[in-house]
Amino acid sequence: MSVKPLFQNEPFVFSQENQEKIEKLLARYPKDRKVSAILPVLDLAQRQCGGWLPREAMEAVAELLGVTPLYVWEIATFYTMFHLRPTGQHHVQVCRTASCYLRGAGKLTKVCEKKLKIACGQTREDGKFSLEEVECLGACVNAPVVQINDDYYEDLSPEALEDVLEALETDESVKPGSQTRQKLSTAPAGYGAKPEKKGGRRA
Amino acid sequence: MPKLTVDGKEVIFEEGMTVLQAVEQAGQEVPVFCYHNRLEIAGNCRMCLVEVEGSRKPVASCAMAAGEGMVVHTKTPMVKKAREGVMEFLLINHPLDCPICDQGGECDLQDIAMSYGRGISRYDEPKRAVEQKHMGPLIKTHMTRCIHCTRCVRFLEDVAGVPEMGLVGRGENAEIVTYLDQAVTSEVSGNVLDLCPVGALTSRPYAFRGRPWELTKTPSIDVMDAVGSHIRLDSKGNEVFRILPRVNDDINEEWLSDKARFCMDGLRTQRLDRPYIKVKGKLQPTNWQGALGKAQELLSKTDPDKIGVLAGELVDTETFYTFRHMLDMMGVNHRDCRDPGQHLDHRFRAGYVFNTSIAGIEQADACLIIGGNPRFEAPLVNTRLRKRFLKGDFPIAYLGPEFTPGRDLTYPVQHLGERAKVLEDLLNEKGTFAKTLKKAKKPMLILSASSLKGQDAMKVLALVRQVAETYDLVREGWNGFNVLHNQASRVGGLDMAFVPKGKGYDTQGILTAAEKGKLDVLYLLGFDHPSLKDLPDSVKVIYQGHHGEAGASAADVILPGAAFSEKNATYVNTEGRIQQALAAIAPPGEAREDWRIVKELAGRLSLDLPFETIDELREGMALENPYYQYREVLHQNTWGQFGRKGLLAQDHILGFDEDYYKTNVIARSSLTLAQCAVAGGWEPEDAQQEVTHA
Repeated sequence: MSVKPLFQNEPFVFSQENQEKIEKLLARYPKDRKVSAILPVLDLAQRQCGGWLPREAMEAVAELLGVTPLYVWEIATFYTMFHLRPTGQHHVQVCRTASCYLRGAGKLTKVCEKKLKIACGQTREDGKFSLEEVECLGACVNAPVVQINDDYYEDLSPEALEDVLEALETDESVKPGSQTRQKLSTAPAGYGAKPEKKGGRRA
Repeated sequence: MPKLTVDGKEVIFEEGMTVLQAVEQAGQEVPVFCYHNRLEIAGNCRMCLVEVEGSRKPVASCAMAAGEGMVVHTKTPMVKKAREGVMEFLLINHPLDCPICDQGGECDLQDIAMSYGRGISRYDEPKRAVEQKHMGPLIKTHMTRCIHCTRCVRFLEDVAGVPEMGLVGRGENAEIVTYLDQAVTSEVSGNVLDLCPVGALTSRPYAFRGRPWELTKTPSIDVMDAVGSHIRLDSKGNEVFRILPRVNDDINEEWLSDKARFCMDGLRTQRLDRPYIKVKGKLQPTNWQGALGKAQELLSKTDPDKIGVLAGELVDTETFYTFRHMLDMMGVNHRDCRDPGQHLDHRFRAGYVFNTSIAGIEQADACLIIGGNPRFEAPLVNTRLRKRFLKGDFPIAYLGPEFTPGRDLTYPVQHLGERAKVLEDLLNEKGTFAKTLKKAKKPMLILSASSLKGQDAMKVLALVRQVAETYDLVREGWNGFNVLHNQASRVGGLDMAFVPKGKGYDTQGILTAAEKGKLDVLYLLGFDHPSLKDLPDSVKVIYQGHHGEAGASAADVILPGAAFSEKNATYVNTEGRIQQALAAIAPPGEAREDWRIVKELAGRLSLDLPFETIDELREGMALENPYYQYREVLHQNTWGQFGRKGLLAQDHILGFDEDYYKTNVIARSSLTLAQCAVAGGWEPEDAQQEVTHA
């Protein structure tokens, strides 16, 4: 079933900061091809609305870019990163594609569901968390991966993820990125070839 | 010319053709769902797969450009298997509800599944079901059947110019929708029903009423506007069940306006099916003898100068011819076939027809639209203009009132103003559009006949003629001067010189004279006008027509006639193309073909009209107007000094104020079109009640 646009019940106006950003975006495209900027503009709208696109925002974007609201709706439903229902303050996206799945993404989903007490696709009543399973996040090298808002949490064990969620719940700071490695995708201590010997494979 | 090989046969193709077109040229059939030769290519159904040597995978032929020396196979096991695979995927989510589906019997999916499918399904899992959508009074949806070919979306976006439908979601969740279940309001929306290859979008008025193989198909001509679209009347028993377009590239391509497609319930309601005469102020049913006797009495006892004759918007050319003959013999000069207040010069044919021709629009390279709104006066002329606009390099200017929201022309226009005075500036070569017109190789202008109203109309006509002459619109091999009519009877009436003779009154004059009691008898030939209510009792009214409306309720004698679907009649479209409609059904009750009624009345008045049969009548017409010998073709029309020169009043506005769904008596009687008028915002919600009285 397609997701219908939902009212936010308050008028949508782009913030001053966003309006400046939009001006810069529109300058990149020919004047009669304003609609080319639809993806970044929708993204700005979604961020301003707290992670989802209410009907007012979509209609404002349509008017801004000179297209029908239907066109904006088509775009917003095609790309899975646009949300047409309110999401939580922390939007948890568990990668379930092959690499992560093989490295235990299924367990991560269960941990989330148990810890946050919501099922996939739901938002917690207090609006703090929402949970979703997504397709490949493109970080297979550090699988399994969970994206929370704009940050990736990689190399997660169920326990590590529980710690991350716990920290977010209590508004403590957490370190994004790999939960086991020193830096990026370097091998954990004791594993694999040593970079200096092979002459800088990937450091 | 490049060549390619299809199944071992070499074919020549034109540069820019797709593989599919080349294969079809070779005489091979390719099954398609999303491809349509008049729409943009989408390439999303994958049914048209063929094998091209050198490519390891099957190729979607509709989206692949044909290349020199390609070797294409359409019958290899690989192609067969690929198509079976596509078919199987399409059928996974398609319900097996053909017995209750309105598309059954004319369904592309059914036909192609029979010819190219596996025959059995291996699919056990639950099928997807899709929520029903509301799309207005014309389109009935059953979206579970949708195969996402997006023909409807592409049609509305490209041809109709109003992107009211779209595809939301992706993959298995993709659905065809209108924005939040709004009604589709386009005036050509009915075409998506023809385009839909499955039963997802079907006709709501025709729902569950018939199967294609039960219907008798009669070729005919549409009379809802002056385009003269070629249509097919599908009838069963004595009823027209539906109206579909016939392909004609010169006129309607393969589209049809909604008014033409959905007027058939108007053919059933409010019909005059027997003669009536007024006895003691009340209409009483009678027989033909009585009604014709009464009409004869009224006409023979009245001074011809006290008789006025008005013809309406659906009168066929034969009736015009017969009637005019009779009136000439009687010496009746007050007669007219034009709208009240409308002025058109019938002396020169080029001065009242669409000379460029509808197909000719595609060759034009600049266009000036004067008055009116082609989108609602002639929707299919407007789609042609849009088609030409989409090819690019087609500056269009518009002279007339600002469009109300949602009533624009579906392509951008340069707005020159709303007063006819602007024409004078144009004549003096002022303004930017003057330069554009000057430079254009094939410029055209479209003058809306509905805006030629009021005192200054003839002057406007003369002015527009002068503009055409100044900018060299009329020359050897090109005539860019066009009058766009919005009523089917108009050109025929003018051809037959059904206009005031000598000092006779025109339509407005006759109406005013009748209201003041200066006329004794008013003969209305399918003419309805609200002002007929206020006629004084001294004016006796004879109404000949097929629908009981303003004219019939004011009548003292009613002579029931036949509607366009019930008679063999000739209609002339705005291009001056003479076209013949065939009777699909018989007139209801005692109603008769109109020219026969006139002929019989003439006989009773001891006037000997020189023809007995319709063939003799048509011979007479052709003798009087030589171009009536040739049907379906365009004629070279005489150019002359039409219009009347003079100074324009400062404030003459080129207006357009008609309700698209209410322009003729059949459309006004149709409940479906009344619903469209409400859905399209032409009328307030509560107006719908009025039509149901019958």
